[in-house]
Amino acid sequence: MNGTTLELRRGPSAHAPELILKGTTAAATAIILLMLAVILIDIIIGGTKVLSWEFVSAAPTEGMTKGGIFPAIFGTVAMTLLMTVAAVPAGVATAVFLTEYAPARSKLARVIRVCIANLAGVPSIVFGLFGLGFFISTIGSAIDRGLYDGRLVYGKPSLIWASLTLAILTLPVVVVATEEALRAVPRELRDASLALGATKLQTVTRVVMPEALGGVLTGSILAISRGAGEVAPIMFTGAAYFLPFLPSHLNDQFMNLSYHVYVLATQSPDVDRTKPLLYGTVLVLLLLTFLLNLIAVLIRAKTRARLRAEA
Amino acid sequence: MSGAVQADVPTTFAEPPPLTRKPRRIERLAEFALRVVALTSIAAIVLILVFVAREALPVLTSEIVQREVSPRMMVAPITQADGSSDFVWQPVSDVPKYNIVPLVLGSLKVTLIALLIAGPFSIAAAVYVSEFARRRQREIIKPVIELLAGIPSVVIGFFALIVLASWVQQTFGTEHRLNALVAGIGLSLAVCPLIFTVSEDALRAVPDSYRAAALALGSDRFQVITRIVLPAAMPGILASFVLGFGRAIGETMIVVLASGNAALVSSSIGLSTRTITATIAQELGEVVVGSPHYHVLFALGALLFLSTFVLNFMGERVIHGLRRKLGMA
Repeated sequence: MNGTTLELRRGPSAHAPELILKGTTAAATAIILLMLAVILIDIIIGGTKVLSWEFVSAAPTEGMTKGGIFPAIFGTVAMTLLMTVAAVPAGVATAVFLTEYAPARSKLARVIRVCIANLAGVPSIVFGLFGLGFFISTIGSAIDRGLYDGRLVYGKPSLIWASLTLAILTLPVVVVATEEALRAVPRELRDASLALGATKLQTVTRVVMPEALGGVLTGSILAISRGAGEVAPIMFTGAAYFLPFLPSHLNDQFMNLSYHVYVLATQSPDVDRTKPLLYGTVLVLLLLTFLLNLIAVLIRAKTRARLRAEA
Repeated sequence: MSGAVQADVPTTFAEPPPLTRKPRRIERLAEFALRVVALTSIAAIVLILVFVAREALPVLTSEIVQREVSPRMMVAPITQADGSSDFVWQPVSDVPKYNIVPLVLGSLKVTLIALLIAGPFSIAAAVYVSEFARRRQREIIKPVIELLAGIPSVVIGFFALIVLASWVQQTFGTEHRLNALVAGIGLSLAVCPLIFTVSEDALRAVPDSYRAAALALGSDRFQVITRIVLPAAMPGILASFVLGFGRAIGETMIVVLASGNAALVSSSIGLSTRTITATIAQELGEVVVGSPHYHVLFALGALLFLSTFVLNFMGERVIHGLRRKLGMA
């Protein structure tokens, strides 16, 4: 009965605006999705033409117009690994402190949350400036003066400085994802654990954290994906245009997929000759970041569904 | 309700009974360690501010730097030999010119184009997903748009450089192949997921009781959306624009690759443009550390940091306020 009265009130003329609104908003959504599809399809078509075993396993040759991108892949993996080792423990610890330890109306927790939100909004190029000014000119130079009699060892762009710069950039990603997962852990589990006589630390490490592992994973994956795709923070702190060797020390420079894309696109004298390589590199980069993102989005969707089911 | 419950956890339940058992040393140690690590994020923000400012300050304080550039010279027009005055960014020349006006205007121009394109599309998509889409549809569309945010900006920049630029030139007949419009469209792709997500959250935060009440009073769904839901979510939608603005003005790789990078002062969107971020990215690698040029680039970075900091702070506050208001209602 309710339905019929509504129908009567609407009438054909009142119905039209709703349909128009629905149509235009649906069209806008479709156009956004279409743009995403166009980008992906263009890159997949352009990239698969050059993708081969040689492309991912060989070094660039002939002024970066031939050969592969193995050093860039290696450098990206090394950089993101170091970054993860720094960012994930710090991010998880921050999230645990915020959700499990900080009192409900803690001023400190509020300040930390504000800082994390703002850290996430700092432009990536500013991280590059910061890495140069802080890690290289300050920390690195101090290490050189103190341990190496002023020889230039750490006071220059290096793998470690680029990784640490990225670790700070990706810290908010880890914190936010972990916090979300910790909140999805039902309160009853904590209560039960505490009621059985477990201490708070035991409850956190053996009851809460295993439940929230999905979120930690999501955060780590998103951080890796974000870090692997950044260029601006590493262009002054460690990434190199071309290196004949792979990085083997923390203070070596390294090649990097995203930076390689930037270099090939801007500094090559002949863009038409590098274009196929460029497409191939972009495809590899996209596969890496996109697959990671897809996995993270799927895990997150599951976490959210559970959160909703329990709310 | 869920918010209140979750906020109560530590105070009501998590404290072990203090009379029966003293926290063991390891417990206190763990809490202390967590607290210290949690301070990292505060330290990071402070360190970024301090170290970018430290390299930027010589522009104001160092006499050697000021011989070449003063804050006044960075904003006032330069009088040319023929008497006309102009804003010129030309740091590598016999008489270096560090006028940042073309860069600031370039950044604003590209950002505004991006918001004008991304804004309507993203908000429309948010309205569709929150008000019209079926649940299944929503659960597909939302993550897919979030995936767009996962595309590295250098990839979007590459796409803009190779594909978009040619399309724009053919369609609009722009003077330069790489220009503000191409960069703006590229940026809009990066900003769109942010505006969409924040707006959609704001729309969904409007309680269903609002919609039900309006429907019960005889409104149709068009009226419900345009007169009830959108106004209630408006602060969140505005905040999404503020956050999008901060994201766009700080974006580097897309504009480096797609804007053409010529520091022109012009209102035309078909001409090449140079932004603050692109200038830092392209020039910092080649400057002598400690030179006036170096310090000016850090000053640009400090400007960027402060403006995005203020924008993000404002945006977050509005979102927070809205969440509380609608949560209580």
